[in-house]
Amino acid sequence: MKANKILMSGNEAFGEGAIQAGCQFYAGYPITPQNELIAYMARHMPERNKVFIQAESELAAINMVFGASAAGMRAMTSSSSPGISLKQEGISYMAGSQLPGVIVNVMRGGPGLGNISPSQSDYFQATRGGGHGDYHSIVIAPASVQEAYDFMGLAFDLADKYRNTVIVLGDGILGQMMEPLRLSAANQTPQTEYQKPWALTGCKGRKPNIIRSLYLGDGVLEALNVSLQKKYQLIQQEEARYEGLFLDDAEIILVAYGTMSRISKVVVNNLRDKGKKIGMIRPITLWPFPKKAFSGLPAMCSKLLVVEMSCGQMVEDVRLSVNGKYPVEFLGRAGGGVPAEEEIIEKIESIL
Amino acid sequence: MKKIFSHPVSLRKTSTHYCPGCGHGLCHRLVAEIIDELGIREKTIAIAPVGCAVLAYDYWDFDCTEAAHGRALAVATAIKRVRPENIVFTYQGDGDLAAIGTNETIHTANRGENLTVIFINNAVYGMTGGQMAPTTLLGQKTTTTPLGRQANLQGFPLKVSELLSQLPAVKYIERVSLHSPQEVIKAKKAIKQAFQNQLDNQGFSLVEVLSACPTYWGMPAHKAMSWIKEVMIKEFPLGRIK
Ligand SMILES: Cc1ncc(C[n+]2csc(CCOP(=O)(O)OP(=O)(O)O)c2C)c(N)n1
Ligand code: SF4
Repeated sequence: MKANKILMSGNEAFGEGAIQAGCQFYAGYPITPQNELIAYMARHMPERNKVFIQAESELAAINMVFGASAAGMRAMTSSSSPGISLKQEGISYMAGSQLPGVIVNVMRGGPGLGNISPSQSDYFQATRGGGHGDYHSIVIAPASVQEAYDFMGLAFDLADKYRNTVIVLGDGILGQMMEPLRLSAANQTPQTEYQKPWALTGCKGRKPNIIRSLYLGDGVLEALNVSLQKKYQLIQQEEARYEGLFLDDAEIILVAYGTMSRISKVVVNNLRDKGKKIGMIRPITLWPFPKKAFSGLPAMCSKLLVVEMSCGQMVEDVRLSVNGKYPVEFLGRAGGGVPAEEEIIEKIESIL
Repeated sequence: MKKIFSHPVSLRKTSTHYCPGCGHGLCHRLVAEIIDELGIREKTIAIAPVGCAVLAYDYWDFDCTEAAHGRALAVATAIKRVRPENIVFTYQGDGDLAAIGTNETIHTANRGENLTVIFINNAVYGMTGGQMAPTTLLGQKTTTTPLGRQANLQGFPLKVSELLSQLPAVKYIERVSLHSPQEVIKAKKAIKQAFQNQLDNQGFSLVEVLSACPTYWGMPAHKAMSWIKEVMIKEFPLGRIK
């Protein structure tokens, strides 16, 4: 009996994954292509005695997450690109106040209102901070419905572990597509592992707690920034994740994340069947970017090809990682365009 | 002998950063006294605004958080929903609550969140140096209305309390002032009511407090008090609104 295997969309899997990870608070505002997620939370959070709020805007939603997180709860919001832009101020305040929180971005085409087709053009916004100030969110990119589910547990754990915001970066394809999903309780981390003595609970039996990001005293804000940078360094050392395919003998290495890595994987397997030495690196965390994956490439590797549903964003991190040692080619499509298998193969043939 | 007056436990013993004659300090003290009197210090969570009162947590001796400019009521909504046993209140200026945060204000009130809101109406933006607020009076000069506020260009003073009173989920709204000892006593009574309502699970309660900003009204403190009494109250009449 396969009782624990069900068919779900990526958007629903984000929601169920969050609930299994102990999410206690969700606030969101409708936007396509993530509407199944807010609807899932509206139905299933109250059912399990957790708080769901349809906020009046993305601004309100992220600041509600700020509040619930300040009160010590596992809290999340979700949106798609235009809504995520609105959340940037709140994410920056959470970074300054060192509040954990999870933000799901089911990316769509931009800039502006753009369209509702899948895209990966918010990579810069997600990995560089996105709002004001020197900060980073941890960015995780699932590539399947199973990972959409599994990575929510990871996201909440990393958020609590580092008192940091975590962005789970998907796209319209991942959000909408349905795949079989194995549900597990393995996602659930015991809350006791992450004590939150800083949380606002009322000051009974202790000194008052204050959550703030304003520091006017001489050098105080600089000191906060120095300690944030130390935290970010630690995260870079400890949390970079990637998946490698055929990296021991690859002559050309594809680099892709999320949905694009699914399509690229098909390309790699098909070309391997034809005897072509193609490999692949799939960053799982986009920040921290898995630089290590690019340090021990095989001697026969002559080129890398980055494939994105954007005009070229992650390609910059790949170039920084190989630091001039290998030529880095790029194939991308924008505004809802998705590089197809044949386009990728054509590109590979042109650079072989 | 019985002690009848002392420093509130909820108010830290520290010097103030507010300007002489500013209403914020007085209002902070009223809130602290009320929290002591209701015996709720250990379960109170305050949300400080972005505005001159952002440092309210330097004065109040209970749990506090900042919120981004205008978002205090979104933050408060979530805290109260996840910790309904706590007493949660926001303290916001007119720029924070009635300009950049109008959306949060209306929707939080419309949801009838069980919160207490202290709304400081000083008719200007204090923290940023005396610009026009939504509550600035017609004709009032500010750095961004150098010729005085004109209805045809900047609209009329926004009466948030009257607006909110139309919403069915709103429980209690009163406008008070701090320009004389008698009014301060009334203000304290209203603010206490707004906290009591939350204790009794009554829903959204807001007290609008007319409060002096002598610095950006360009007048000494005693003149600022008379200006509230003689000019400001005509536009913003005191009393129970809902
Ligand atoms: C997003 C954003 N915009 C603008 C500001 C600048 N700012 C700080 S306080 C403030 C207005 C404060 O006025 P009010 O809310 O009336 O409070 P007061 O200082 O008068 O007590 C503004 C515009 C900011 N901090 N954040
Ligand atoms: S600027 Fe106005 S509101 Fe701000 S502290 Fe001074 S008097 Fe008070």
